[in-house]
Amino acid sequence: MTTTGEITFKTEPFVLNFGPVHPSTHGVYRMRATLDGEVVLDIEPVFGYLHRGIEKLAEERTYTGFIPLTDRLDYISPMSNNLGYCLAVEKLAGIKVPERAEYIRVIIAELQRLANHCIAVGSFLSDCGAMFTPFMYMFREREKILDLFDMVCGQRLTYNYMRIGGVSQDIPDEFLPALHKFMGTMPGMIEEWENLLKQNEILLARTKGVGILPREMAINCGISGPVARGSGVKWDLRKADPYSIYDRFEFDIPTGEVGDCYDRYRVRVEEMKQSLRIIKQAMEKIPSGPIRAEVPHLIRPPAGEAYAHIEAPKGELGFYIVSDNSIAPYRCHVRPTSLINLTALREMVKGWKVADLIAIFGSIDITMGEVDR
Amino acid sequence: MAIVNFMNNSPLPMQVTPADWPGGYWWHWVFFTVILIVFVLVMVMGAIYIERRGLGRMQSRLGPNRVGPFGLLQPVADAVKVLLKENIVPNSADKVVHWLAPIIAFVPAMMIFAVVPFQNGALLADLNIGILYVIAISSVSTIGVFMAGWGSSNKYSLLGAMRNVAAVVSYEIPLVLAVIGVVLMAGSLSLNQIVLKQDIPFILLQPLGFLLFFAAGCAEINRSPFDLFEADQELVAGFHTEYSGMKFAMFYLVEYGEAIAMSAIITTLFLSGWRGPLLPPWLWFILKILIVFFLMVWTRTTFPRARIDQLMALAWKFLLPLALINLFITAIQVLVWPDALPWILIFINIAIMVILILLWSKFFKLGWGRIEV
Repeated sequence: MTTTGEITFKTEPFVLNFGPVHPSTHGVYRMRATLDGEVVLDIEPVFGYLHRGIEKLAEERTYTGFIPLTDRLDYISPMSNNLGYCLAVEKLAGIKVPERAEYIRVIIAELQRLANHCIAVGSFLSDCGAMFTPFMYMFREREKILDLFDMVCGQRLTYNYMRIGGVSQDIPDEFLPALHKFMGTMPGMIEEWENLLKQNEILLARTKGVGILPREMAINCGISGPVARGSGVKWDLRKADPYSIYDRFEFDIPTGEVGDCYDRYRVRVEEMKQSLRIIKQAMEKIPSGPIRAEVPHLIRPPAGEAYAHIEAPKGELGFYIVSDNSIAPYRCHVRPTSLINLTALREMVKGWKVADLIAIFGSIDITMGEVDR
Repeated sequence: MAIVNFMNNSPLPMQVTPADWPGGYWWHWVFFTVILIVFVLVMVMGAIYIERRGLGRMQSRLGPNRVGPFGLLQPVADAVKVLLKENIVPNSADKVVHWLAPIIAFVPAMMIFAVVPFQNGALLADLNIGILYVIAISSVSTIGVFMAGWGSSNKYSLLGAMRNVAAVVSYEIPLVLAVIGVVLMAGSLSLNQIVLKQDIPFILLQPLGFLLFFAAGCAEINRSPFDLFEADQELVAGFHTEYSGMKFAMFYLVEYGEAIAMSAIITTLFLSGWRGPLLPPWLWFILKILIVFFLMVWTRTTFPRARIDQLMALAWKFLLPLALINLFITAIQVLVWPDALPWILIFINIAIMVILILLWSKFFKLGWGRIEV
């Protein structure tokens, strides 16, 4: 409080409402931010604008019938959701997946990770104010992945490709050559983005040391995926609890050191390179054979419960299913990656500027479809 | 008649219109005012087209190409659309301030052109303090922007306007210091004289001055990477969030009008204005303006946005010391070797620029949260 003569000026924090309709809330997320000028004192997250009751809907559908709805969870990476759900049901019903289907699943899931990180990094940089150029560059590459997905399942956004016990249809003959072509160009594109951005002074200034998530807090909050690995937690379910056939592939787990926005961005880019490695190995070894196990049309898993988790592009995605031996799940719960990663946001943004609030939020990489379900 | 007599006896020199023109200064004034208004409007349309197509090309997309041949009529369509829109004034807005703001922001952007020579002596008023007039006038726009932010009674607008005022106040100083170097070299404040003195474009004799002026100019007229005042990702549209219809069109016009004005000033000060071989002078002038404007578009697509404290730190810790050193060196050069061979000076100045920038970037790093403002 300053006093000049008889006039008294006082300053007080004010509340600024970001969202639900705001260009950088990645959907309909809302932050009630308390600001002191440009400095963020506190935020209060408000979500639920996109709640569709997907978990409840699962109870009224057959086990197979729920797969299309998993597409709508994290609509940036639907293939991973499909995979996570199918793994849970297979675990519950004790279904063995054929070899070829496992390889197809791994290739598709890693392609999905590439596509997701293209959007994650692109929109993060766009949140840093890079005027859509990196965004468009990365979307261009994502388009090629979508073309590949289009080739295998005829869809570009909501794939509905995985089935319980395999995949819905075999990959067409032209898929592997097309994938080979894509694998030839993608490393060069990643290299180009690296050259453009890795040493960009403004980007370093905006992201280095900004929004630090300490290692302990990342573990305590249950953070997973690139956000946790950016904080130095070497936790990747593909290595820690290998599902499908991930134990057969060689790849590294990139981790950051500081846990700032820059580390999260780096981890994502490095993960893209590792995904390319996995796809390359899977392409070489893919066997021929059936693509789906013999499963009945209406699956009635024995009464019981199962939890299966996968390393989705955004982190640990889990499906917890309780069966009462009927054709529909008794209860289906999703462990949403985005929502749990979002819980640390408040601690990360305190004390930073408004511009950092957006950048830190972008660096977590959430999808509102998964947060609200 | 009194006003004509007054105009005729005014101290302002008239160079283009012959002394026996009917009405003397009066005709000169009308003639150039019409030319300026048409010039600014057409150039703004051209600039919008170039920017949108250029952005599209650089972002691997097409840009507007539907309206007219190659989308050339897109600015016209945009203008018509904006003008037909309803004019919405928020209930709690300060009506008078809200109404006045676009006009106050727009007028200075036009007035700058009054002293910019289109060819030798072809200008509205050859003020002998031309560049001083430009600097004084160009900062008046800020008042309009701040009025818009204040009058809208919107927190986003206010934040944007506060940022604008802070940034413009800071960036005026390196801007003016960079200009003084040119003025020392030319020995005149009149823009026409400055152009006449540029047998060698001052960009070669004052390379550091050019860079400083370009950076400070970009910040002054709200171009990326310093476009914090309408930071799309944070403040949605900044100070003109609450504007629509004709008033919004005015702000749009201001944005591009200022960009064209700044390009014209840079052209005049550093790129030897209308001078050039073969082509007519006015064409050279327009070409150079467009080249400088293209440089701005290029910067916009390439860099992420700086944060407000980094923006300030850049002005006070980087640009200001460099501008002072540049001024000092230029003064010594002008004083000690007034007749030095130009190519020696060019060599020395470019070497000094490289050394200074390298030195400063050693001391001063944006990254790692070292900046405290």
